[in-house]
Amino acid sequence: MASALATRRLSRFAFAALPIGWVGLLLLLPYLFLFAHSFFRLSNGQLTHQLTLENYARLFGTPLYPGTIVFSAGIAARVTLLSLLLAYPLAYLLAFKVRRHKNLLYMAVIIPLWVSYLVRAYAWKIILGQEGVLNGFLQGIGVIDAPLSVLLYSKWAVMIALVHIYTPFTLMPIYAVLESIAPSLKEASQDLYASRWRTFVHVVLPLSLPGVVAGCTFAFVLSMGDFIAPVLLGGNDSALMVSNLVVSLFGVAYNWPLGAAVSVVMLLMTITLLTIARQVEDRLGGGAAERRAGQPGDAQAGMGRGALHA
Amino acid sequence: MSLLELRSVTKRFGDFVAVDQISLDVAAGEFLTLLGASGSGKTTTLRMVAGFEHPDSGTILMDGADITGLPPYRRDLNTVFQQYALFPHMNVRENVGYGLRMRKVGRSEIRERVTRALEMVQLGHLADRPPRKLSGGQQQRVALARALVNRPRVLLLDEPLGALDLKLRKEMQLELKHLNRQLGITFIYVTHDQEEALTMSDRIALMQNGRIVQLGQPRVLYDRPASRYVADFIGETNLLPATVTAQRGDDLTLTIGNVAATATTGRSWVPGTPGWLAVRPEHLRVASGTAGPNRLTVTARETIFTGQVTRVYTALADGTAVVMHWPAGATPPEPGMALTVTWEPAHGVCVGD
Amino acid sequence: MSVTTRRPPPDRLTPALWAAGTGVFLFIYLPLVIVILYAFHDAKIVAWPFRPFTLHWFTDLAHDRGMIDAAVASLKLAVLATLLALGVGIPGAFVLDRLDFPGKAAFERLVLLPLILPGVITGVALLTFFSFVGLSLSSGYPLVPGWPVVLGHGAALTSIVVTQVYARLRRFDRALEEASQDLYASRLSTFWNVTLPVIRPAVLGSALLVFTLSLDEIAVTFFLVGRQNTIPLQIWGLLRRGITPEVNAAATVIFAVSVAVIVVWARLMRED
Repeated sequence: MASALATRRLSRFAFAALPIGWVGLLLLLPYLFLFAHSFFRLSNGQLTHQLTLENYARLFGTPLYPGTIVFSAGIAARVTLLSLLLAYPLAYLLAFKVRRHKNLLYMAVIIPLWVSYLVRAYAWKIILGQEGVLNGFLQGIGVIDAPLSVLLYSKWAVMIALVHIYTPFTLMPIYAVLESIAPSLKEASQDLYASRWRTFVHVVLPLSLPGVVAGCTFAFVLSMGDFIAPVLLGGNDSALMVSNLVVSLFGVAYNWPLGAAVSVVMLLMTITLLTIARQVEDRLGGGAAERRAGQPGDAQAGMGRGALHA
Repeated sequence: MSLLELRSVTKRFGDFVAVDQISLDVAAGEFLTLLGASGSGKTTTLRMVAGFEHPDSGTILMDGADITGLPPYRRDLNTVFQQYALFPHMNVRENVGYGLRMRKVGRSEIRERVTRALEMVQLGHLADRPPRKLSGGQQQRVALARALVNRPRVLLLDEPLGALDLKLRKEMQLELKHLNRQLGITFIYVTHDQEEALTMSDRIALMQNGRIVQLGQPRVLYDRPASRYVADFIGETNLLPATVTAQRGDDLTLTIGNVAATATTGRSWVPGTPGWLAVRPEHLRVASGTAGPNRLTVTARETIFTGQVTRVYTALADGTAVVMHWPAGATPPEPGMALTVTWEPAHGVCVGD
Repeated sequence: MSVTTRRPPPDRLTPALWAAGTGVFLFIYLPLVIVILYAFHDAKIVAWPFRPFTLHWFTDLAHDRGMIDAAVASLKLAVLATLLALGVGIPGAFVLDRLDFPGKAAFERLVLLPLILPGVITGVALLTFFSFVGLSLSSGYPLVPGWPVVLGHGAALTSIVVTQVYARLRRFDRALEEASQDLYASRLSTFWNVTLPVIRPAVLGSALLVFTLSLDEIAVTFFLVGRQNTIPLQIWGLLRRGITPEVNAAATVIFAVSVAVIVVWARLMRED
């Protein structure tokens, strides 16, 4: 009997070693290496393994870098707010007002997430260009006489595209939470003299907050880390956002340590934000994070979708 | 030698002792019920017999052989689960044949035995359905067939009738009892429903806090409860606070308040100790006079008609509730009316805590 | 006795809600529709107004050597990434669901990291790792687009499988495994005959997700790709150079494939 137990322990250990080893090797180590690289010194354009703090000094000392980070955060915040304003009504509609084909419509809203991210960013190039759809349409109906050049190649274009891309992301967790609100809660509220609007304000909205926090966090983190939209739509400001900096530092500007430092800062900011968000969610609606983890399909799928693009 | 023996089996979960040195002998072919409230340890005991929990101490023997360390798939017994645990990705036929397949029984034999098992539970016509397309009662029968088809020596049933509605439950109780008689398979049944236990069992083991507080035939637990807990758990009973004054063999004299009474008992008492007189409502009747022992004056409070029986709720002067069954057809008393009730000494059992 | 019935107050919120919701829905879809529309645009430059209708961009696409090579590379990459992610992710999900070990919380967070971080960070992290280890970005070419990018996709996408399968395992009724053992199936037999079939939709679903995500992956691929482009990078290149509707044609094909995958995936999930 004892040996049977022992062999089981051993095989269990071996079985667990595979995923744990893999994750350790291909996830933990790379992030550690990134961290390490941020302390290496660049000597005559060559990467050395000497340790230094000069990368961080440069990062915080040169206005460009913190400036870009702050700028990116600003864009991300605006994108998040707009996405929320757009996503919430649609989520509410789907959760409470749609009777037939609810699943179908929800799928329809989610489908754009699966269409190539590049395509969706690029779509705005077609729409906002000088000879683009919007300009042509506006000219066609006589609202303007000459094409507006300000539409494309500006931070506004980048923002619109990001809002377009991330609204479905924001929608998913909100929809999930709204769906889980038992109809009897709304009925009880109305039974206790609250009008439809007040029921929304006092019952539905507070209960949906965990989903709102989750959705906003995705939107913020992902849009802050986006590097495609700024390049396609930012024009002269194509080095607008933090990720663009990282791309160039690892590319043409060839300064890996500095690029690593910027990345580490982004990493820490993201992790901090996510941790805070999780605390807030837990405080707000015990089990919201749990509910998300336990949700098959959509939530993680969507998250994965977004993260691997931006 | 009994078929199944538990010897001083104990199981702890952290600090909580779920099963506390239980010893039990199960005879071949009998229908034994482990009865108790939630947390009494009955399910844990069953799971240890099945092999899903490992005892912290003690041994489990089947046919004299120690099976304590054997995994479930090496024990010659089968379980009917509380929520049936039917494999959703297999149809009824495949579910029922699963154990035979695992035992590498030949294909044609499997087919034949499965068909017969399904006929035995009257589900032959649903053999190709998936479980989700069956009603609760039908699923329960599939679970039963799936276990029985393997011809186990012992069948373990973990509150299998809980999810069924009343009428169906009562039918299944009888069916299970008949199957036990017919097939000669030992049944170990777990339930919290005492009426169910009384209906089906050859013997009942009433469990409380991980121990068996009384083991015996249903009749014995009903008529001669060993403690207040047993008297209260099984059937309806009145429990009247009493003080023992004298004992001769099984006969007791005691006082209830200041009324003298006689009763029986199964244990020895020190005169002067307090106890409880347990009398079943159906054994109380209105006395023809106020003279004689075992006479209590009560005031009627409420009458409730339940079809089968009319219950009259009364109270003693000190407020103790006394319930009695009123004979069918007779006019029940008005609230506030005083009555004198009495009972046969043999029907009163004095129990301790 | 007469009772006057008052009608409930007019609901002004719901029509407004419908209007807003529909507006958002259109906002989400119109740009896509426009892209697909312009795949059939009969002119060289993507501009207003739309000129119907031609299929020659699709034929151009079919003859575009670069695109075809990229497509093959992307498919190879996706298949390999899926196999890796399943091979590590399924055990990983079971580890999370059934085992307790020191550092389990850290393991759980780590697995989720690529999902929630911007891909750029994961991409550069893997780049620094592979360059330190000395694995060339073009190693394995032409058999595979490059081992680093294959391993990178596998690592980043394992999280998808872990989260999906783990979520399914948490809903899994352990009584089924007990019943199976009660019916004489050993642990391994139980896993094969009962556990695996029941979680099959989650496994297949996550495989589909990983496959699609790998096909569309840009950020991590950007840093790890060697000599051979994948489809997204190929398109990216086209976009930098100048836009012809051929890009729209490629986008339309991608859209069609994505929709097909989602439909299959939705059907699988409903099965559960």
